[in-house]
Amino acid sequence: MAGKSIQVFFKLIQREILLAIRHGSDSCMIVLFFVIVVVLFPLSVGPEPGILTRISAGIIWVSALLSVMLSMDRLFQSDYEDGSLDLLILASEPLELIVLAKTVAHWLTTGFPLIVISPVLALFLNMDTSGYSTLLIALALGTPTLSLVGAIGAALILGARRSGVLLSLLVLPLFIPILIFGVSAVDASLTNLSSKPQLLILGGLFLAGLVLCPWASAAALRQAAE
Amino acid sequence: MFSDLDFSINEGEVLYLKGPNGSGKSTLLRLMAGLLLPVNGTLTWNNKDIHHDEGLFRGLTHYVGHQDAVKTALTVEENLRFWAEMNSNIKEKSTVQKALQEFSLDSFSTLPARFLSAGQRKRLNLARLCTTWAPLWLLDEPSNSLDSDSVNVLSAAISTHQKKGGIVAIATHENLDVHSNSLDISMFTNFKIKSRDYDGW
Repeated sequence: MAGKSIQVFFKLIQREILLAIRHGSDSCMIVLFFVIVVVLFPLSVGPEPGILTRISAGIIWVSALLSVMLSMDRLFQSDYEDGSLDLLILASEPLELIVLAKTVAHWLTTGFPLIVISPVLALFLNMDTSGYSTLLIALALGTPTLSLVGAIGAALILGARRSGVLLSLLVLPLFIPILIFGVSAVDASLTNLSSKPQLLILGGLFLAGLVLCPWASAAALRQAAE
Repeated sequence: MFSDLDFSINEGEVLYLKGPNGSGKSTLLRLMAGLLLPVNGTLTWNNKDIHHDEGLFRGLTHYVGHQDAVKTALTVEENLRFWAEMNSNIKEKSTVQKALQEFSLDSFSTLPARFLSAGQRKRLNLARLCTTWAPLWLLDEPSNSLDSDSVNVLSAAISTHQKKGGIVAIATHENLDVHSNSLDISMFTNFKIKSRDYDGW
C-alpha cells in the first residue's frame, strides 16, 4: 500500500512536469516576470549602487513572492475546469498526497527556476557576494513554503469570479512571515552576523507547512467539488 | 432536491436513473460517488457509511461526469495511461492498448488530445472504465455525443462489467442494450426546497 502510494506520488509529479513542459511558455513567463519586476527597481529608485545593495535582498524576495503568487492560480484551476479534480478526489490514494505531489511539481516548475536565476539578479543589483549563499539557502527553504501556502489559496478560489485578485488577497498576507525572515536572513549575513536563526525559522515554517498545508488544501478542494 | 430516497444495488446489477432535466440525476450520482455530502441520510457500501471512514470507499468507483477529464496537452495514450496508473500499478502496456482498441482510439493514440472531437474525448474518458477494475461505475449521461457504434461498445463494456459482478448506475435518456433495473427519480423529487436542502447546488 505504502509502496503504491509513493508510486502514484511520483507518477503525478511526472505528469505535472510533463504538462508544464508541454505548456512551456507558462513557466518561462513566470521567470521572465520575476526578472522584469527586479529590473524595474533600478529604473525607479535610481542606479546608485549603494541604494541597490542595501535593498537587493528585499527586491528579490518581493519579486519571488509575486511570481509564485502569479503562477498559483493555475495549480488546480485546469483540473477543476476539465473534471480531472473529481477523479483525483475519487482516486485510490488520499487527496492530501495528491495535493502534495501537485505542490512539489509546482515548486519544481516555478520556485526552482527562480532560485536558479536569483544569483544573476543579485549580481545585477550589486549585492555583496557574502550574501549569495544565504540568499540561495533562504530561497530554497522559503519558496517551497510559498508553494504550499499558495496551494491553499489556489484551492479556495476555485469557482470564484476574478479569482486572480482574490488569490492575491488571500495568499499575500500569509506570505509575510516568509518574506520577513527570508530578507532578514540575507541582511544578517551581509552585516556579518549569523543568519542561522532566521534560516532555522524558515526551515520550521517549511516543515509546518509541509504537514498542515496539504491537509487544508485537500479540504478546500473537496469543498470546491461539491 | 430529493427526499425519501431509499434504494440498494447489488453485485451484477445495473441501475438506470431516469427523470427530466434538473430532476437530480447528476446530483444523485455525485452523492453516490461521495463527492457531495447528503444533507440528511446515509450512503452505505457493504453496510458501512462511506463518509464515516475516508479510506473505505476510496478508489472503488469509476465516475464519468459531464466533463471528460482530458488534458489537451497530453496524447491520447498518455491521458489514459495516467488514469490507469492512478488507480493501480499496471505496468504492461497491453491493458491501456486494449482499452484504446475497444473504443477505437488506437489509430490516434499518439495524437495530442486537443485534436479530438467531442465524441472522441468522451470515448477516451469511457476507455478509462476498461483499464482498471473498480466495482462501482457511475455514468452520467455516458452516451452523449457518442455515435451508435460507440454506444454498442459501451453497452458491451457494461454487460461485461455486470458479468464480472460489477455494479453500474447510469443516468441517461437513451436506452442502452443492457439488462437492468430502473429508478425514476422524478418520483422522489421534492419541490419544497428548504434553504438548507438547496445549499451547495
